[in-house]
Amino acid sequence: MKPAPFRYHAPKTVAEAVETLAEVASDDGRVLAGGQSLVPIMAFRLARPRHLVDINGVEALRRLAVDGDWLSIGACVRHAAFHKPVVDGPLGRLLATVVRHIAHYPIRTRGTFCGSIAHADPASEWCLVAAALGAEIVARSADAMRTIAAREFFQGVMTTALAENELLTEVRLPILPADTRFGFYEFNRRAGDFALAMALITYRMRDGVISEPRVAVGGVEAQPRRIAPAEQALAGRPAAGATFEAAATALAAAVDPLDDAATSAHYRRDLACTVTRRALERAAA
Amino acid sequence: MTEKREIALTINGRRYDVRVDPRRTLVDAIRDDCGQTGTHVGCEHGVCGACTVLLDGEPVRSCLMFAVQAEGRQVRTVEGLANGNDLHPLQQAFIENHGLQCGFCTPGFLMLATGVLEREPDISDEDLVDALSSNLCRCTGYENIVKAVRAAAARMSAGR
Repeated sequence: MKPAPFRYHAPKTVAEAVETLAEVASDDGRVLAGGQSLVPIMAFRLARPRHLVDINGVEALRRLAVDGDWLSIGACVRHAAFHKPVVDGPLGRLLATVVRHIAHYPIRTRGTFCGSIAHADPASEWCLVAAALGAEIVARSADAMRTIAAREFFQGVMTTALAENELLTEVRLPILPADTRFGFYEFNRRAGDFALAMALITYRMRDGVISEPRVAVGGVEAQPRRIAPAEQALAGRPAAGATFEAAATALAAAVDPLDDAATSAHYRRDLACTVTRRALERAAA
Repeated sequence: MTEKREIALTINGRRYDVRVDPRRTLVDAIRDDCGQTGTHVGCEHGVCGACTVLLDGEPVRSCLMFAVQAEGRQVRTVEGLANGNDLHPLQQAFIENHGLQCGFCTPGFLMLATGVLEREPDISDEDLVDALSSNLCRCTGYENIVKAVRAAAARMSAGR
């Protein structure tokens, strides 16, 4: 179908964008970035926003840069920007690995990193990255600016801590130490389709054993999150098959999977175990 | 509740002055306001890729953009590929390798492949298959599309 009518606003600065949003948010105004999730939802008439605030013309939001220990990703930075590592070291390689799983190339040329975070689909790869690495999410309104930790930002299926008058201007990811190992594994039914389960693992090796493990799953629960029992099963142990099996089993026992007509909770729990083990094997390879 | 906007679209180097609702998708503007009907409309929600065009050289789904967003950008469509009667190497290779049957998906595949090869002329087989998985074809089974793009890539790099 065709999207329902809306009023179109094209601010040129962040200040103008948040002022416009302040005026139209309560009248069902929505931010339009890459549009690769919002526009299909509008075509299905599942969303009929009365106003769209198109931020694509805001130059300042295209910023992608390292600020000290953080990689700062502006709201208009597209997925395709991550095809080649954007920073030296494991973070750039991690993002370049994960980005290839996001939909298809012509979607990645338009869709944005921050748009995925704001949309908060449970199957979003970038939301998993944000949860696993402990991203900071910057939100601006006409009269305030705040930084929200990823673990507080994601609150459920397509539900976040953002207020309706707030614009997500930037996401910051911590630069990973040079010896960080990472592994990512995603399962879906067709190339480019939504993840039914995916896992992202990072850790470092200290004296022959795993240290600072991070284990997060996405597509399994209502929102991606780190799973503490799986991390405890890794910490202080050698990076070997038995350790991985124990961590994957601990993870499967700790998750509360989504259940829908096509994919049962039981199946998702099994998948969560498998993707975690495979991500761990990739991290160790 | 919405007011029409006067915009200028640039398609294959030619300027079109059109008056559109903000909700007008780019593909509808290309076809119905600018009369360039080579670009096809399939699913209208970004899944099938029939409407793929190049926006400043990058393949995009023109059903997932509003026409007002394309102002000041260079749009390329399938009509811009041939030079008079001389077909683009991709078009010729699709014919020679039977890369199409009904032809509905073909304009989208041609623009997708054009964008991919212009960016990465020496693309690996694995990456090419991954890129071509973006669009749907229900006739060919994809094998001949992959063959056609490979053949065109070889011809294009020989002519470089």
